[in-house]
Amino acid sequence: MREPGALAARTFRVIANTKFWRGVVATLVFIAFWEAASRTGISRIPAPSAVAVTFNDLMRDPSYWFSWYLSTRRVFAGFLAAMLLGIPLGLGMAVSRAFYGTVFPVFEVLRPIPPLAWVPASIIFWPTQETSIAFVTFLGAFYAVVINVIGGAQAIDVRYYQAARSMGSSSWDIFRRIILPGTLPSIVVGATVGIGIAWAVVVAAEMISGGGSAGSMGGAKGGGLGFFIWNSYVGGSYTQIVVGMISIGIAGYISSALLRKLGELVTPWLRDQ
Amino acid sequence: MTLASTPQFADVAAAAATAERGVAEIQAHNVGKSYGAGKFAKTVVHDCSFSVERGKLTVMIGPSGCGKSTLIRLLAGFERPTVGTITIGGRPVTEPGRDRLVLFQETALFPWMTTYDNIMFGPRARMEAGKESRSKAEFLLDKVGLGAFRSRYPTQLSGGMQRRAELARAMINEPKVMILDEPFRGLDAMTKKLMQEYYAKLYEETRRTSFFVTTDIDEAIFLADRILVMTNVPARVRAVLEVNLPRPRRLEDVIENDEANFIKMQALSLLHEEAMKSFARGSKAAADFIDAYSKRIRKPS
Repeated sequence: MREPGALAARTFRVIANTKFWRGVVATLVFIAFWEAASRTGISRIPAPSAVAVTFNDLMRDPSYWFSWYLSTRRVFAGFLAAMLLGIPLGLGMAVSRAFYGTVFPVFEVLRPIPPLAWVPASIIFWPTQETSIAFVTFLGAFYAVVINVIGGAQAIDVRYYQAARSMGSSSWDIFRRIILPGTLPSIVVGATVGIGIAWAVVVAAEMISGGGSAGSMGGAKGGGLGFFIWNSYVGGSYTQIVVGMISIGIAGYISSALLRKLGELVTPWLRDQ
Repeated sequence: MTLASTPQFADVAAAAATAERGVAEIQAHNVGKSYGAGKFAKTVVHDCSFSVERGKLTVMIGPSGCGKSTLIRLLAGFERPTVGTITIGGRPVTEPGRDRLVLFQETALFPWMTTYDNIMFGPRARMEAGKESRSKAEFLLDKVGLGAFRSRYPTQLSGGMQRRAELARAMINEPKVMILDEPFRGLDAMTKKLMQEYYAKLYEETRRTSFFVTTDIDEAIFLADRILVMTNVPARVRAVLEVNLPRPRRLEDVIENDEANFIKMQALSLLHEEAMKSFARGSKAAADFIDAYSKRIRKPS
């Protein structure tokens, strides 16, 4: 339990730390170079000052936040589906040779197909544009989750099984108290990687598919962050492009941070390592 | 009198190896274990017979790679012998069971469970986790001195603490036989000595039949009632040495004890011979050395 004074103390410690200032200075230097490059005409990318102004304007625009909402919804829908389907599939493949032999060949043939290559097929196959985009993000996360789950389950030391069997564990007990917790760290890794891929995929999927039905609503800013970027490019608003890019970076960072925190909560035994 | 002429040095036939004065809890009859097939078959254990007496601490020493760990897996039931049988209390060993629990070289504590949960694993696995097992767990936690660490995870415990936690985890199941495979090997020298004394005390209190494998002769002599000296691979019993030192045993007593040192010399000589064979396999120069060495031993002075 943290008292209010501790937060101030922690903040002070962070600020007083050289590492913090190194990061701050590096970022400022980068922004300075960027500004200089744009002003002198070396680079045609809009200057940070202009980007900041546009960012400020967009923050007041509800359809900008609606794009956030749409992209986030698509990523999480796909990600959740990937976890709900991928974890049992991965565990099943790790536990049963027969199941592995049946599923793995198909899995391995489909896996190299980039999720983005699925976009046209997805649009044809799925009833709505939302589900077709969510399917593509699902694919992006799914492979990462399954591969990590299989690897994690197979890496469980055989001596844990031996010890458990000696002490009288049934197969179900072994699954519940050895295999599941033993695979948990890998599940977390798979989830972290998977959600990163999902974000990368959703942006491109939105660009390609035109943002879905919401694209027609709210004009240029209604179809998710990827569509927003593409539309800004088409419409010639270059500062908005950069705003879109930064937004996606922030969104991805928040997702990863949330997942990391969740992962730590769920694997308390790894805390001190 | 040279060492070579003492009776314990003669290659012991299977019958002699199993001649015991107490009741045999575990018996290995002409056990053999091979891996692989055809010309790639590797025989790790061959015609190995021995017994583990009830209520005694039997120690097995042998050169590295001689097949001791394989024998442990066979005794525990993780694998089955290719030939021969292993019986416990008269019944053949076919699979793992709570009557034979193993402590491995590297800790097998479940990293995702606290010390307390690890100890309670056995009773919970067998659905016997009631008030009785909980109080047994408390008792054992105190006994191994980890009462204050019950909620810690294994990675937060030192090597010695992990070993003690594992002992508690095994003991709560009251196995008939405790099998230990070089359990103190990875510990630093000081902790190792402390754990040896600790384990000796534990054994002397419970007199639980124990089978302890090690490559450390001092450890073997300190702990054992009986030492089985193994050949190099394929493993067979080379000699049986009785250790009649009084109990309770303390390290200081054993270090200065004449009888202990005599046993140590015997064991060293046997092991050196076997180790040289293992070292020299494939090397002609070393094979010549063995020749010279064994000739020297065989000539009584």
